[in-house]
Amino acid sequence: MVGGIVDFRGLPRDRPVPNVNRVIEVRNLSKRYGETVAVEDLSFTVRPGRVTGFLGPNGAGKSTTMRMILGLDRPTGGRALIDGEPFARLGEPLRRVGALLETTAAHGGRRARDHLRWLARSNRIPERRAAEVLRMTGLENVARRRVKGFSLGMGRRLGLAAALLGDPAVLLLDEPLNGLDPQGILWMRNLMRELAAEGRTVFVSSHLMGEMALTADHLVVIARGRLLADTTAAAFVAAHSRAYVRIRTPEPERMRDVLAGAGIAVGTAPDGALETEGAEPARIGELAAAHGLVVHEVSALESSLEEAFMRLTGEAR
Amino acid sequence: MSAARAALRAELLKLRTTRSTVWTLVLTFVLSAGLALLVGLSMRSGFDRMAPDARAAFDPVLISFYGLMIGEIAVVAFGVLFVGSEYTSGMVLASLTAVPRRGVFYGAKVLAGALTAAGLSLVTGFAAFFAGQAALGPHGVSLGSAGALRATLLACVHLTLMGVFAMGVAAIARGTALPLGIMIPLLFLDSQGLGNVPGIRTVAQYLPDQVGFVMMRTVRPDRSSVGYRGFGPWTGLGVLLLWTAAAVVGGYLVLRRRDA
Repeated sequence: MVGGIVDFRGLPRDRPVPNVNRVIEVRNLSKRYGETVAVEDLSFTVRPGRVTGFLGPNGAGKSTTMRMILGLDRPTGGRALIDGEPFARLGEPLRRVGALLETTAAHGGRRARDHLRWLARSNRIPERRAAEVLRMTGLENVARRRVKGFSLGMGRRLGLAAALLGDPAVLLLDEPLNGLDPQGILWMRNLMRELAAEGRTVFVSSHLMGEMALTADHLVVIARGRLLADTTAAAFVAAHSRAYVRIRTPEPERMRDVLAGAGIAVGTAPDGALETEGAEPARIGELAAAHGLVVHEVSALESSLEEAFMRLTGEAR
Repeated sequence: MSAARAALRAELLKLRTTRSTVWTLVLTFVLSAGLALLVGLSMRSGFDRMAPDARAAFDPVLISFYGLMIGEIAVVAFGVLFVGSEYTSGMVLASLTAVPRRGVFYGAKVLAGALTAAGLSLVTGFAAFFAGQAALGPHGVSLGSAGALRATLLACVHLTLMGVFAMGVAAIARGTALPLGIMIPLLFLDSQGLGNVPGIRTVAQYLPDQVGFVMMRTVRPDRSSVGYRGFGPWTGLGVLLLWTAAAVVGGYLVLRRRDA
């Protein structure tokens, strides 16, 4: 990392955030490439003042959806609106919508500062904003370096600087954590939360459930181009996390019979250990003792969100 | 209208801030004017050894512009790189999120490139004329001689339009490799006289760079000569305008229809 981390909070904000009611509306959006369906009848709304996570495995249609919202790809059906209008109709769109796309989208032979200068000029944004967003994203020391020498993380930061250039009320961030080091991930997470706290609409895609659970207030989950869940992050976690007890014993078949005799359903984990959701560890220990069974492990566990996410998106296949 | 002007200013800034576009423009000038000087000097010393009929067909004005036809390779590279690098670098995504109306983006881009090419061409065309004529010494002519000003202005126009044509082709191809791979060898071959080869002349004489040869000369060879063409300079300009318009419109249609 060059330039160090700049605390977003430490920056002067000389004007209030404009228009806090901006929302992204996706209505029956579809995209097909010949026979291949990338996005199928997708509808959801992204509201201001919170971080909305857009989750799905790789290839689920997240980037395609974001590109359709930005008017880069043409939908086969349905539409995407920002503030009630298609993106292409927004005047000076960088002042209203900031987008970080998965590709760097900058010419390798151009200096970072010049990349931001032409963007500013295209939307009549004062050029001093280029220096401001370079400072915000910790790129001030490489402002005069050509983009082709940038690491993946620096490229992401430059993309973010471009997104923040017009001080927009709506932000679309496609996999913003890719290529960032742990320090950068923490910084990006705080920045997204800060932007949402200022009343902005923050729509951020990721294929990492665990990361989104820490960052997002609301989740839109898709797989194979279809909507699976549109819910608060807390509700998603409550609905999809699973508590279970893991049991290891040299006599799994006898243990299975004992537990079945007590009316407790048992499953087998891939490593051969037994798993059950039907009883507390104490009860299992008592049953084992009563039947003279040796146990090597009885532990209460909770399945990770990542597993819940895999299970949910896996079922969509 | 202000949106279009802002987009144009952004494109002009893009043009100035990469080395490739700046260097291809410098190279266009250096090749055109430099070769005009060299070709002029070589013809000056060779003139006395020329046969009488060759002397009669000698076109001093055209001597200034042989180098410019090589310089056109650089202006074509400029046009292709300026438009094609939008695609090869992925920058077109940023461009279209900043200027989502594709007609405005494309118009601003082509206009920025065309204005720059025109400015460069005006300087280059006249520099090549004066360099070539100075080098020819006693065999050179002034701008006031018959057809000289017309040939020089059309040389400027030809150089400009070749750059614009290249931009359109790059927009159709959505990249740099294919247009450069096709146009540069073709231009190089053409500058060696592809349009003089009898079998392919019928078609080749109407290629965008070949019409330049007709636009820039002041002596019209007779029917038996290898340099004979079935049309004059103004028809040549018309043909070139058609080529340029087709490429620019084609590029727009591709941009409008395709996903970015």
